[in-house]
Amino acid sequence: MRRLLIPAAALALLAACSTNTGATPAAAEGSAPGAGSTKIGFIFVGPKDDYGYNQAAYQGSQAVAKAYPGLEVLTAENVPEDDNATRIMEGMIRKGAKIIFATSYGHKDPALKVAAAHPDVVVVQQGNIVDGTMPANFGTYFGTVYEPVYLAGIVAGKTTKTGKLGYVYAFPISQTLDNINAFELGAKSVNPQAKTYVVNTSNWCDPAKQAEAAKSLLAQGVDVISQHQDCTATVIRATEAAGAYSVGYHADASALAPKGWLTGSQWNWDPLYVKIVKTALDGRFSGSEFNANYRVGYKTGDNPFVQSPYGPAVGAETKALVDAAKARIGKDGSPFLGPVADQSGQVRIAAGTVPDYKTIEAIDYFVDGVVGKIPAS
Amino acid sequence: MSLVIDVATGAVRGGTSILFVALGETIAERAGVVNLGAEGSMLTGALAAYAVTAETGDPLLGAAAGAAAGALLALVHAVLVLSRGANQLANGLVVLFLGLGLTSLFGAAYVGRSITTFEPYAVPLLSDIPVLGPVLFDHDPLTYASYLVAPAMWWLLYRSRWGLALRAAGERPEVLRTYGRSPLLVRYLAVVAGGLLAGIGGAQLSTAYANAWFENMTAGRGFIAVSLVIFAAWHPLRAVAGAYLFGAALALSPALQARGIGLNQFVLDALPYLVTLIALVVLGRRRGNTAPESLAKVFDMTGRST
Repeated sequence: MRRLLIPAAALALLAACSTNTGATPAAAEGSAPGAGSTKIGFIFVGPKDDYGYNQAAYQGSQAVAKAYPGLEVLTAENVPEDDNATRIMEGMIRKGAKIIFATSYGHKDPALKVAAAHPDVVVVQQGNIVDGTMPANFGTYFGTVYEPVYLAGIVAGKTTKTGKLGYVYAFPISQTLDNINAFELGAKSVNPQAKTYVVNTSNWCDPAKQAEAAKSLLAQGVDVISQHQDCTATVIRATEAAGAYSVGYHADASALAPKGWLTGSQWNWDPLYVKIVKTALDGRFSGSEFNANYRVGYKTGDNPFVQSPYGPAVGAETKALVDAAKARIGKDGSPFLGPVADQSGQVRIAAGTVPDYKTIEAIDYFVDGVVGKIPAS
Repeated sequence: MSLVIDVATGAVRGGTSILFVALGETIAERAGVVNLGAEGSMLTGALAAYAVTAETGDPLLGAAAGAAAGALLALVHAVLVLSRGANQLANGLVVLFLGLGLTSLFGAAYVGRSITTFEPYAVPLLSDIPVLGPVLFDHDPLTYASYLVAPAMWWLLYRSRWGLALRAAGERPEVLRTYGRSPLLVRYLAVVAGGLLAGIGGAQLSTAYANAWFENMTAGRGFIAVSLVIFAAWHPLRAVAGAYLFGAALALSPALQARGIGLNQFVLDALPYLVTLIALVVLGRRRGNTAPESLAKVFDMTGRST
């Protein structure tokens, strides 16, 4: 054993040295944050090939690499949403990155910490919201995820025979609640009988729990299942095996459900990432639209959240309904156009009101028609 | 009533992978070796099964690979513990992290890969029995295999010469030595067989139940299995009850939610672990004397007086 230990210790020492020499002093003080950066860092909460959220973000990072061949793109997978994220972002900055994308909801606090410590580095965070003053080198960005989910709800509502839709989710964060609500509102807009049954797994990716969740829903007569999970294959396979219909999320998984695939929502971060990087490289980040809680949707265009291709089970009539709804939202609407009532029947968004995204992201209730309770202690 | 059936079905579905690991650990501990690395064997089994199924298209080959991978990792534990005298508890954790690291490294290529999975097969006639039919006889082949493994193991342990030697290795190795048999060999076999079963448990998880590979997808199920062994007082048939109890606790939350019944979510999430803990406390005291004697040596350093 001892003979083994010595080389191992030597290796560890070497590794420690190389990280030290890799550190470079902060470059040119006083310039605009992110300007002229030669490296860009991306951190992901999961693996880059999860058929889901992280894969989409990773693809976006590769689009940046393609658009800027001179830039070195640093990526880190499986970055936890705690001090480890801070450490990894600090490491990227030491290597020379002056633009950092923190791509998970829970990366916000570490990202804010890093931004505060490095005023010359642009840090953008995907999906969360900063309340109060926005630091000059920080921004959050997101698509209006619930728009395509609403359209998918229309397809689900037209397809279901039992009137029971299922939704497997992880945690009751605002994004998820919006999705579930939009799904039900979409379904109800074409099928007043449609109800959405929700099951949570308390985990972004625990395939065994997902399998049990899907099977529980299917046993109750649910015949269309959608989900908000980081890895999506398990639920889709279980749904397809039961002869029910799948609405995807995060990625086009139609290959997993050749019969039951309806549609879904998926990411295309490429245009938005490249725009953010360009703005930062040009030194125009501070004060730009990205130096804020930036949200895009069907109305502004460029929504990074797009509708997945249709499966064979979707007919022309349904597609026409979806197109009409999409046009309606794009003109001056919202899936949450009032009146929207919660489960107790109380109207939460008044008739005729088009709520802004802040109101929508603050929704902390299920709409009427969702069956289930938001986890609370 | 349908809730009971659903939860019971879910108990078998979700408990099977844990059952395999618990059965494997029972063999190892009966021979006097604690293997906390069972979780690692389960995880390597899950990946090996998934990877080989992805490459060959045959889940049966995959399950064989899963068994081999689980056994191989357990062999590492056996060599270090039995031949090099390493501390069993500490080394078990090392083996676990070895499994975690290796699967994370080699598994990245298989996240999101599509495979031909084990399909549920409703056994003719038997699956038509009310209640018991859907609960027991509409599952994947590996689950049916577990129905055979548990009683076979009981027979091996308590009715065969092999089992006698195994139990002797765990109780009084010197007696075994007097009879001219090597306790070391028996223990090696037991630990490796334990890893093999844990690997099959992992295979069931990745290629029959969840039908996906994901890093650390066992999420502590192997550890639960190890604690179930104590709960089951090192008895294979009681391990069946323990594994299904845990599976039922896991299945309860989604079954209730799918019916729109909202109970305290956090209590439901903690329930499987609470059930295991309570069972350990209650039954652990009563069956304190049933532990294989060699294990006492392993646990002595934790402060229990003998």
